[in-house]
Amino acid sequence: MRSDRRREASAGWMFIAPAVGLIAAFYLLPVLAGFVLSLTDFDLYAIGDPSVVRMVGAGNYQRVLTDAGFWAALRHTLFFVFVGGPLSMLASLGSALLLHEKLVRGRAFFRTVYFAPVVTTLVAVALVWRYLYHPTYGLVDHVLAWFGIAPIDWLGDPRSALWGILILAVWKSFGYNMLILIAGLQSIPEELYEAARLDGAGAWQRFRHVTLPSLGPTLLFVGVMTMLGQFQVFAEPYVMTQGGPLRSTVTVMLLMYEQGFRWWRMGYANAIAFVLFALMLITTLIQMRLQRGSRP
Amino acid sequence: MKAPRAVLLHAVLIVGAVLTLTPLLWMLSASFMAPGEANQVPPHLLPAAPTLEHYRALFERLDLARNFGNSLAVALLGTSVGVLFNAMAGYAFAKLRFPGREGVFRTLVAALVIPAQVGMLPLFLMLQQLGLVNTLMGVALPSFASIFGIFMVRQFALAIPDDLIDAARLDGASEWRIFWTIVMPVLQPVLVTLALFTFLAAWNDFMWPLIVLSDSSRYTLPVALANLVGEHVQDTELMMAGAVLTVLPVLTLFLALQRFYTRGILAGSLKD
Repeated sequence: MRSDRRREASAGWMFIAPAVGLIAAFYLLPVLAGFVLSLTDFDLYAIGDPSVVRMVGAGNYQRVLTDAGFWAALRHTLFFVFVGGPLSMLASLGSALLLHEKLVRGRAFFRTVYFAPVVTTLVAVALVWRYLYHPTYGLVDHVLAWFGIAPIDWLGDPRSALWGILILAVWKSFGYNMLILIAGLQSIPEELYEAARLDGAGAWQRFRHVTLPSLGPTLLFVGVMTMLGQFQVFAEPYVMTQGGPLRSTVTVMLLMYEQGFRWWRMGYANAIAFVLFALMLITTLIQMRLQRGSRP
Repeated sequence: MKAPRAVLLHAVLIVGAVLTLTPLLWMLSASFMAPGEANQVPPHLLPAAPTLEHYRALFERLDLARNFGNSLAVALLGTSVGVLFNAMAGYAFAKLRFPGREGVFRTLVAALVIPAQVGMLPLFLMLQQLGLVNTLMGVALPSFASIFGIFMVRQFALAIPDDLIDAARLDGASEWRIFWTIVMPVLQPVLVTLALFTFLAAWNDFMWPLIVLSDSSRYTLPVALANLVGEHVQDTELMMAGAVLTVLPVLTLFLALQRFYTRGILAGSLKD
């Protein structure tokens, strides 16, 4: 029996070894190395000759936090987090509620259609939208003209470029949370609605007092996951605007990419990565605190 | 009472569906238009005389077939290795008893809060030391193991009855044999889901291949497309053909295996 135990234990380690080894070597180790790098002045010269690298302590962090370019990028990123996130959630919730209605025919068809953008390749659809936003030939301005709205140079004007990217991001992502929310709606017991109806509750009151509270934990979880995703916006501005016009769509991730892989300021770029990570961690911790509070 | 409400409901749903599908349908339609036809006022919705010349140009002149092959190679390699490694680990965490199991698993779950991008720059430097920069192997590497994948398999494997495994042990089967002939077939549904997720993620990924690859003949499709638009931004129809070529495989795969995909999303959202 004892040898059986030992056989099982060694098998256990052998079975997890490839995956856990890869994760340790190529996921966790780089994070630790990244933190060390963020404390150094590692740059283009250091790639040729690592011996020139010096420790600079918190110097990179100081520079990040006093860099106007970083604060602008953070503002743009937070715009995606706090405007794009909620808008996407609203679209998800709206479409989930519509599809949950018993009267709806062809539910599977609509669900598939709304979900389709989620699986598409971001680079490809960002390109499509880039053409759709064209101020002369684009379909978006053409349709807006039916409602008497003057043409907008969506991606060419610093005042609208972020909105242009944000609309693409909402279109691309809302189907994902919609699916999760539909499952959440289906798990609400029908009796709760019956009881509310007997008490004379109207549609809005049923939504307010039955649907929302039952969906609460799911909404919270999905909402925070969505916001965390928005912290990482990169490909959209890269493909649609390259951060322009006038640097109005540079996100933190795009800034990190430019600093790291265009200018090879690895120390500085890693400091940017860790500041972003800290912000995401704080968001997650707030979510966990709220989630604990929302449990009965 | 009911009829007007049903009509309104469907009207809203149909408007939503048209809005959602328009970018994709326009992409498809524009890819068949003659050069310059997509840049007209008022916009053409359908090609006047559908042509395949842009697809021909992509393959013959711009050699996009090569990039298509790169994408396929990266996605298939990442998926096959990833599914195997994650299945082994997920099964072990669920069913094999060994010292340190809980500790390692807890560490993995805690590490989920770290976004992959945080380690991207050092990972690049590491791959440089290993000679994997500018190789498809380097692009596929992050797909080989995923905490989320391990977690998904583990949740599913927890339901495998211990008796099934113990009986095979009494029959003298080796642990590997038990895994391969008894556990893998039982895990099949979750493995299809995992494979689909891994494939789509690898195919659609942009930032990592953009960083790793420097040689345009090794670009994956999304990187090739982002690069192509630099020179061909005026050639709307050509770019749309490239977008169709990139999106079509994943969209088709999704439509064929939708059931498995949906199941994976729901499993992921019920994490706690």
